[in-house]
Amino acid sequence: MEPDTGRATSAVELVRKWDALAILQLIEFRGETTLVVSRENLRRVCEFLFSDPQLHFTFLSDITPVDRFPLEPRFEINYQLLSLERKERLRIQVKLPGNDPLIHSLTPLWPTANWHEREAFDLFGIRFDGHPELTRILMPDDWEGHPLRKDYPTEGYR
Amino acid sequence: MTTTIDTVAGPSKAMVLNMGPQHPSTHGVLRVVLELDGETVLKARSVIGYLHTGIEKTMEAKTYSQGITCTDRLDYLAPLSNNLCYCLAVERLLGVEVPRRAQYIRVLLTELTRISSHLVWLGTHAIDLGAMTVFLYGFREREDIQKIFEFVSGQRMMTSYFRVGGLALEPPTGWLDKVAKFLESFPPHIKEYEDLLTRNRIWLGRTQGVGHLTAADAVALGVSGPLLRASGVDYDIRKTFPYSSYEEFDFDVCTQTAGDCYARYQVRVAEMRESLKIVRQALDRMPKDGPFRASLPGIIPPSREEMKTSIEGLIYHFKIFTEGFAPPPGQVYQAIESPRGELGFFVASDGSAKPYRVKVRAPSFVNLQSLPRLAEGRLLSDLIACIGTTDIVLGEVDR
Repeated sequence: MEPDTGRATSAVELVRKWDALAILQLIEFRGETTLVVSRENLRRVCEFLFSDPQLHFTFLSDITPVDRFPLEPRFEINYQLLSLERKERLRIQVKLPGNDPLIHSLTPLWPTANWHEREAFDLFGIRFDGHPELTRILMPDDWEGHPLRKDYPTEGYR
Repeated sequence: MTTTIDTVAGPSKAMVLNMGPQHPSTHGVLRVVLELDGETVLKARSVIGYLHTGIEKTMEAKTYSQGITCTDRLDYLAPLSNNLCYCLAVERLLGVEVPRRAQYIRVLLTELTRISSHLVWLGTHAIDLGAMTVFLYGFREREDIQKIFEFVSGQRMMTSYFRVGGLALEPPTGWLDKVAKFLESFPPHIKEYEDLLTRNRIWLGRTQGVGHLTAADAVALGVSGPLLRASGVDYDIRKTFPYSSYEEFDFDVCTQTAGDCYARYQVRVAEMRESLKIVRQALDRMPKDGPFRASLPGIIPPSREEMKTSIEGLIYHFKIFTEGFAPPPGQVYQAIESPRGELGFFVASDGSAKPYRVKVRAPSFVNLQSLPRLAEGRLLSDLIACIGTTDIVLGEVDR
């Protein structure tokens, strides 16, 4: 368990002070904080979290897409951020519509996002605007479909 | 997995060469597409996916308990670390508190896993660089640890010993004696490895100043574990976000500042010593008795005794193993310090008996991204050292 909910709220406070409208929703679950932001705001919010001297979320742990098919907006992308100085984690979530899963790439900000975004493209078909080379990474190049989508069967014919 | 390669040699007469996917020093099925000028690596591009088995997709079709067996197969050199991380994630979803004795056993076994994994790394890394003896020595001691795992869980490698809420079985009588015996016998062996390598001129020549990574680059690339600590960043999840009662143990986070292959060697050897310290403390302070599993009717299986004697126990047992259990809807991200770095499990529940989504944040996958930074501009033979030093497990990279 990570018992630092007290300080997590203060990170949220800082974001709120900076731009209260950027946070669409705040989710607290089991001591973890998730900020839901719009895809237009994603890069702005991340740049703020990255560069603000009080926050310094310089470490991107992971990018996790979730497919909520058949619900809309279909995709959720979760960015697991870590501030080494504050010893604090924060999750940024963006929801994307199923017919247009396009989002800003964060590779310019965190080089580590490169492979995570390629994986999200490969397995979910989410496209990242501004990514240096958005190609498949785990599946063969000529593969059809995106295996981790919920409408892609686990076994049998596609 | 990219099959198209830019094979056009420029005016510099660069040659494109495939290293792997079948190459002993790529530790499995890693393929590196190299652009070489003579023996100098101009560009190194990792091509992965040859071991992709769709574990994340498979886990969506299994119940939470069945998923544990999938986690063994990710990082097959440290299966207990994977078990632990997944169980912690599901336990956090459920809000279960694990009994202290089970927590201590978990700590003890994951630290043995760390030693075992570092031994494989040391042996294979050394053999890549031409030091055969260390490999034989390392695997000899690793065998002792595998025997402990086999004694406790019944399996050498795919243990699946940690379960949601605690452990699979009561550990057998006398297992702590075996651990104590190992604690006696192992420290002289670390000295043996160090005698062979630490001041060996060939070893120094092959590793010092090779594969340099600055702290800023390491953080930007998301590198974690011994790689990050060898670059001088003091980040160890066991200290930063303690889990499974690690806050009760006294150990040091091993860091170096040089950021080269030799520094990573030093960090990992030092970590083996620290792990021994933790194992000793766990052994000394292990609660003598107490449950090895939490008690939560309908979610954690009842004890054997209860299942055989009470009707509720029998019903719960049957329901848990046929239908599984359903955590409340929500999503959690649990990270632990695996031998390779930050191992994370993102588990999303929709309130049914199967996880809606499981994402593995595999440390090897992320660490491998740093390979071009380590190897480009250096000799081809240094690339071998760089691949060895990142300590990747392809099972986890490709999932």
